[in-house]
Amino acid sequence: MKILVTVKRVEDYEVKIKVKPDGSGIVTDQMKYVVNPFDEIAVEEALRVRDAAGSGEVVVTTIGVADAQQQLRTALAMGADRGVHVLADGNVDPMMAAKAFKKVIEAEKPDLVILGKQAIDDDQGQVGAMLAELLGWGQGTFASKEDSLESDAEKSKQPALKIANGRCEVVREVDGGLETLSLAMPCIVTTELRLNLPRYASLPGIMKAKKKPLQEMKLAELVPGAEARVKVVKLEPPKERKAGIKVPDVATLFDKLHNEAKVI
Amino acid sequence: MSNVLIIVEQAGGKPKKATLAGITFGQQVAQKSGGQVHFLIIGPGASAAASEVAGYGAAKTYVVEGAAFENYLVEACTPAVVTAAKACNASIVAGAATSTTKDLLPRVAARLDAAMASDVTAVVDAKTFKRPMWAGNVTATVELTSNIKVCSVRVAEFDAPAKGGATTATEKLDIAVDAGAMKAKFVGRKEVKSTRPDATTADIVVSGGRGVKSAEGFKIVEQLADSLGAGIGASRAICDAGWVPNDLQIGQTGKIVAPNLYIALGISGAIQHLAGMKSSKTIVAINKDPEAPIFTVADYGLVGDITVEVPQLIEKIKQSR
Ligand SMILES: Cc1cc2nc3c(=O)[nH]c(=O)nc-3n(C[C@H](O)[C@H](O)[C@H](O)COP(=O)(O)OP(=O)(O)OC[C@H]3O[C@@H](n4cnc5c(N)ncnc54)[C@H](O)[C@@H]3O)c2cc1C
Repeated sequence: MKILVTVKRVEDYEVKIKVKPDGSGIVTDQMKYVVNPFDEIAVEEALRVRDAAGSGEVVVTTIGVADAQQQLRTALAMGADRGVHVLADGNVDPMMAAKAFKKVIEAEKPDLVILGKQAIDDDQGQVGAMLAELLGWGQGTFASKEDSLESDAEKSKQPALKIANGRCEVVREVDGGLETLSLAMPCIVTTELRLNLPRYASLPGIMKAKKKPLQEMKLAELVPGAEARVKVVKLEPPKERKAGIKVPDVATLFDKLHNEAKVI
Repeated sequence: MSNVLIIVEQAGGKPKKATLAGITFGQQVAQKSGGQVHFLIIGPGASAAASEVAGYGAAKTYVVEGAAFENYLVEACTPAVVTAAKACNASIVAGAATSTTKDLLPRVAARLDAAMASDVTAVVDAKTFKRPMWAGNVTATVELTSNIKVCSVRVAEFDAPAKGGATTATEKLDIAVDAGAMKAKFVGRKEVKSTRPDATTADIVVSGGRGVKSAEGFKIVEQLADSLGAGIGASRAICDAGWVPNDLQIGQTGKIVAPNLYIALGISGAIQHLAGMKSSKTIVAINKDPEAPIFTVADYGLVGDITVEVPQLIEKIKQSR
């Protein structure tokens, strides 16, 4: 079983992002970068699938600046086997990313590709389905599971994806409930938050990760001539809400809602 | 001139309320570009749903029906959307952002080699749109420079569409689906049945967070909601814990809501949660921690224990009815 997982370097989700005064970008001084949380879940699932199968390889790949190697190393420290770094500067839009991943996949020939359902920086949520289309593969987006993250099933660290007879069964979170698809492999899966609780990298894991193989290539060589067609014209802070008031008790709250805001 | 193709989702022959936001978006783009709006409705019941949206000024509604579309499968629907887009010479293909379009539209975009903007909150012109990034901490203006463009549309940011123009004619499209060749097979669905209004379109939403303490404790949220005829929502924390169905999650990575009144009970107000509700007209928070960040967006904040305050509020509401 060979599984390929995509990993994106993103700003730490606990940091409040601020826009530069000229709107050309965000303030990145002293920024902390992390693995996109959905991708950590993707790595975790891949490790569980590999380990449940008893053998196999988890290859992690990223598209990004030289420093994105840190995020690949984090995934390797979690337990992935090998990294592929597609070096790219500047704006990489989802279609460019999908085209580059397609090239990596054609070279690696994995049985399963797992991506996060969205990256928490641009929040586009497109790459998984685009990649499935470019490859002509089936897609199971928003993969989740019926058991909660506090269940015994989660504590047993079994994979949520059910793989048998060349097919992968995926439980998807959709509006109004859950849906199950059976996909012919190879296939694309994108992760929802409730697929699993990702492990932390252990200290020995971090030491080992330093020696794991990491291949580099350039985006411009992988997809010559590709350019971003989602052009960011400007960034601005969202409209702030004006500060409200604290009310002392339920009676006042009800009065305000009934007579002032007139919403109940 | 750019024509617009809008995907209108339906269930049982009725257009879904949330997807009407897509129609509004289509009308706005067409107005800016001088093009015409076309609708596409897929699945059994599509013809009936078409007559319900016939008053929104579209040039034509394409209808795709048949057993192959009984259960949504992206591989069946992608050719349907692409065929309709070609038939009306669309330069923009869009639909309200739902779990279906989030799965479908990027695949359509890849087939059309189109650039896509997700969760569009405003139309600047026929190729330039506003959309949130970084959990809504940034509003980006993006320009799509591909020939055909694809957008998903944030429901909470677009009002109901205007009626007008001649009654829209429908045209049936025959889409051949070879079920045997499809990579995905539908296995089953587990629906969360609810008699309450859907949070994305409800007038009032009452949400609960970890402050409700348990699945049992969430009842207080439901009781307040029912006293107001409201929809319900939840923070990620309690969806993850399995206290409530996942489908209730509100936030950056869950549902985005903007009701007239949003009441947050025992929710701390993490950035990711705020991203899903801070466009609400009036926000109320009840939380026992006076420093909880939810109070920074609340119009009316009450510091207190929900198990004490909420029953009193329900009582007040009942008295007033
Ligand atoms: C990638 C990513 C995506 C995320 N997406 C989302 C998302 O879409 N939606 C979302 O909600 N979160 C999301 N989160 C999680 C988010 O960061 C917070 O962890 C979560 O919103 C916290 O939920 P909470 O407010 O219920 O819990 P807590 O933060 O634990 O807050 C509980 C609150 O209840 C109050 N309280 C406790 N007891 C009482 C009582 N008896 N009466 C009154 N108040 C009480 C406490 O004072 C506290 O403020 C995401 C996180 C990440 C990393």
